Amino acid sequence: MTDFRFPVEASQVLAFARAIGDENPAYTDPSSREAVELGAIPAPPTFAMSAAHFEPDYPLRPRQGRPWPESADAGEAHWLHAEQHFEYRRPMVVGDVLDVVQRPGRTWDKASRGGGTLRFEELVTEYRDTRTGEQVVVARFVRVLPVTSGEGE
Amino acid sequence: MELQVGESRTAAVVEDLSRTRIAMYAGASGDFNPLHTDEVYATRVAGQPTVLAHGMLAMGASGKVVTDWVGIGALRSFGGRFVRPVRPGDTLTARATVEAVQVLEGRQLAELAVETTDQNGRTVLTGRATADLGPA
Repeated sequence: MTDFRFPVEASQVLAFARAIGDENPAYTDPSSREAVELGAIPAPPTFAMSAAHFEPDYPLRPRQGRPWPESADAGEAHWLHAEQHFEYRRPMVVGDVLDVVQRPGRTWDKASRGGGTLRFEELVTEYRDTRTGEQVVVARFVRVLPVTSGEGE
Repeated sequence: MELQVGESRTAAVVEDLSRTRIAMYAGASGDFNPLHTDEVYATRVAGQPTVLAHGMLAMGASGKVVTDWVGIGALRSFGGRFVRPVRPGDTLTARATVEAVQVLEGRQLAELAVETTDQNGRTVLTGRATADLGPA
C-alpha cells in the first residue's frame, strides 16, 4: 500500500529552510524555543514537497540511462503547478519516518481567458507515521494543462 | 495566543531573487524541472522569456509570515494558488490577515488569508492558513 518511505532528516530540513529563505532557528537548532516545545526540529510547512527525493519514479529528476529533459516533446510537457494545499494533523519533525501514499483526486475543466479549455488535475498524498500509522500530513497537488487552445492565446 | 479579525502581518520574504536561490530550491525540494534552472531550456524549448521560480519557492517563503506569527506547531492547514510566475530579480512581500476566529471542537481556530506581491505590487500567490490558537 505504501508507495515509498520518506525519512525527515535534519540536513534536508536545514537545506530546505535555507532555500526558502527562512532563517527561523527552529529549523536548525534543537535547543531553539520552538524545537524544544515540539520535542524535535520541526519541518517548514511546505517541506513535504521534498519527499520527491524518495519517490522512485519522480519524473522531474534526471536518471541514468534516460533522456533529460524527458518530457521536452511529450504531451506532458506543458502542465503547470496551479495550487498546493496541506492539512497538518500534527507537526512534521526531524526523526519522523513517513509512509507516503499517493492517489489521483478530482479532475475538472475550466474555460481559459483566451477561449480554450484548461484541465485541472489533483494528486492527493498522505504522509503517515510508520510507527503509529497516524496521518501526519495530507497534501493536495493541483496541476493545470491546456487541453484545447482558443484563439488569441 | 489571541488574534483579532482584521489583524495582519507583513514580511519581506524574497529580496532580488537570484538564480542561485532557485537552484538551491531545486536541490532541496528535488524538483529539477529545467524550466526553473536551465535558461537555454526555458527560452528555446519552453518559449519562456527566462527561467521561473518554483511556485513552491514563493509559497514556502511566504509561509514564514504565518509561522513567525502563530508558531510552526500551531499550523493546521496551509494552501496556495500560483497567480503569476516569479522570476529572477523579483522581490516578494507576504501579508497574512486574520479573516475569522472560531471555536471548533473546543479549540480556537484562526483563518488567515495570505497574499504575496512582487516589487510592482502584482499578486503572485494567494493562500490560506488555519492556526490552532489553543483551547477555547
